Amino acid sequence: MFRRMLRLGWGRGQDLSVRRLSIRKRGSTLDWNGRVSEFKKKIRSILPGEDRNPLYDTSHLPPERCDVVIVGGGVLGLSVAYWLKKLEKRQGAIRVLVVERDHTYSQASTGLSVGGIRQQFSLPENIQLSLFSASFLRNINEHLAVVDDPPLDLKFNPLGYLLLASEKGAATMENNVKVQRQEGAKVCLMSPEQLRNKFPWINTEGVALASYGMENEGWFDPWCLLQGLRRKVQSMGVFFCQGEVTRFISSSSSMKNTSGEEVNLKRIYEVHVKMDHSLEYQPVECALVINAAGAWSGQIAELAGIGKGPLGTLQGTKLPVEPRKRYVYLWHCPQGPGLEAPLVSDSSGAYFRREGLGNNYIGGRSPTEEEEPDPKNLEVDHGFFQDKVWPPLAQRVPAFETLKVRSAWAGYYDYNTFDQNGVVGPHPLVMNMYFATGFSGHGLQQAPGVGRAVAEMVLEGHFQTIDLSSFFFSRFYLGEKIQEHIII
Amino acid sequence: MAAPRASLHLVAAIWNGSTRSIHGLGGAVAPEGNQKKKTLLQFLAGYFYDVEYLREYLLQNQMLLLHKKNRSLAHISENYGPYITGAFFILHLGGAVRFQNKEWIRLNKRGQFPLEFLKFQKVPIEAVDASGCDINYEGLDNLLPLKELQSLSLQRCPYVDDWCLNRLYPLANSLQELSLAGCPRISERGLASLHHLQNLRRLDISDLPAVSNPGLTQILVEEMLPNCKVVGADWAQDLKLEPEDQPQDRANPVPT
Repeated sequence: MFRRMLRLGWGRGQDLSVRRLSIRKRGSTLDWNGRVSEFKKKIRSILPGEDRNPLYDTSHLPPERCDVVIVGGGVLGLSVAYWLKKLEKRQGAIRVLVVERDHTYSQASTGLSVGGIRQQFSLPENIQLSLFSASFLRNINEHLAVVDDPPLDLKFNPLGYLLLASEKGAATMENNVKVQRQEGAKVCLMSPEQLRNKFPWINTEGVALASYGMENEGWFDPWCLLQGLRRKVQSMGVFFCQGEVTRFISSSSSMKNTSGEEVNLKRIYEVHVKMDHSLEYQPVECALVINAAGAWSGQIAELAGIGKGPLGTLQGTKLPVEPRKRYVYLWHCPQGPGLEAPLVSDSSGAYFRREGLGNNYIGGRSPTEEEEPDPKNLEVDHGFFQDKVWPPLAQRVPAFETLKVRSAWAGYYDYNTFDQNGVVGPHPLVMNMYFATGFSGHGLQQAPGVGRAVAEMVLEGHFQTIDLSSFFFSRFYLGEKIQEHIII
Repeated sequence: MAAPRASLHLVAAIWNGSTRSIHGLGGAVAPEGNQKKKTLLQFLAGYFYDVEYLREYLLQNQMLLLHKKNRSLAHISENYGPYITGAFFILHLGGAVRFQNKEWIRLNKRGQFPLEFLKFQKVPIEAVDASGCDINYEGLDNLLPLKELQSLSLQRCPYVDDWCLNRLYPLANSLQELSLAGCPRISERGLASLHHLQNLRRLDISDLPAVSNPGLTQILVEEMLPNCKVVGADWAQDLKLEPEDQPQDRANPVPT
């Protein structure tokens, strides 16, 4: 009997030891990883503090949880980060992460931009945004001051925009100038004769009316603004991460709307950020995602499931922002317009401005829908200058008949194919994705205003200073276009 | 919970009242090796968060004081008219005003100014001397209604920058003399926006540290304002910067 009991005891002991042995022998990855994560959770619950993995170096990874994840580190994304930190109720209340795929900003629209700022828009909201941005840039060393760092020199040229209109467009220009003056922009209308007196190098043939911005208009160095924002935002405690957003994990709940239909509302609760040149990714738990990815906002929206549904429904409405390539050419013309030349935009769409003191000029033209170049890469088509840009410019400014192109580059517009105006605010179905994109070539000059508007939307729930409710996503589904007519 | 704050650069502060030029500071590059002279607060701010916040508070305070000096005096303008407002504003900042056919009104040694100009409600102001005053963009609000202003002197004003020059166009009909000598924040881009001032006869742009190419700028400004005498940078100034050629020329003039 003893032996039986002993055998039983032994048996059990043996079984256990066999099991223990087999566990040690197996060492399967599944079990080990699960154990490590449990161990980590236990340690974290005992020692609360900064994200720090004691086992291996994670300094290149983003933090594991953040309140707001901003996809895109260009001027719009950084502007939203700045205003979120500026307007938060208590210092350190909000944890913000900015995810930027390319820290060299080689393809980002901000660095490649011509850098103009104007108030000559047709929509009052655009005018107000530009006016606010002008006052932000004027006081930039108060807004973005970091103690002990040198002040920013934006290299702002306060020379204004000169828009020329032919007979066809003269009436619309007058209406637009009336709206601009109502909002507080200082714009003056000029007849062809006044134009000839002021700028003798212009050939006023075909020009019926011109509008000239007197104050708060001109061009500046966008790279300097970007670096200034980056520096300030880092000093305010925003996390930066170089990586690509590859996935959104969301939870959905379905509710019935007033007409009894079932609507699926989604909430993104995790963002997967993949590191460069590796398969390593970090899942970041978040409360809000802000889509400020510029020309690639459409792809980010697709990742979140926006647009996956039958056409014509709210689920099936995609974000209509796509990259459009635009060329900018730099040329030298020894007899060209002098120091006082504004940024001249012809009625044909061609524009140019002076660059520096050495008789160099920068210009280009927006192609028509049929001539749109392929946005796959940023290669420059020099034939476009010869055929489409040079003739109208040479006709408008006879001195430009002799010029020599020095260099050229291309950049993307985050072009809103619906109505060429920005998209701001939350998505109706994916409840915690906010947009700040789609500005089709005037994003840089409106970035401070849009950043503040999005921060107000996030923190307060409604716009407080400039009302951008006409820029919501829902207009794509409802078909309400708010067309911006003056696009350069 | 915020990320650890970016480490402060130990650069001699530009905000400590001394005006430095913004020459060559495109972008946010901190000049290296300027660590000789640090104030006590600067030194401590590298070690204590409290001192860092104190310095930020002092910086904000300085900016607030500047704004207060330059606030718009609309209430005076309602009662006394634009000329008295302009005069009061300039005298308050430490400058001098001259009404039409009268003498210059300045601050006396004790910093007080005579109030006799309160009688001159209808007398236009002809000349304003705002040298060294802390006038900025908002302060110009009080000067722009002076439609008969003929001479404006903004010499050595530390806060007058390109945006302010952009704002001077309402004075184009009457302004004949403008002096911008020694302003640290004005660059050639602001000078370009002076093309509205077609009645200008004398423009002084000497000693502008932020202008990148003084000789070339002088030529371009002269082209832009053909009726104006531009005083300041010598176009041959940049040509004198060849130390190797000059001594040789003087010592051994080459016989032709």
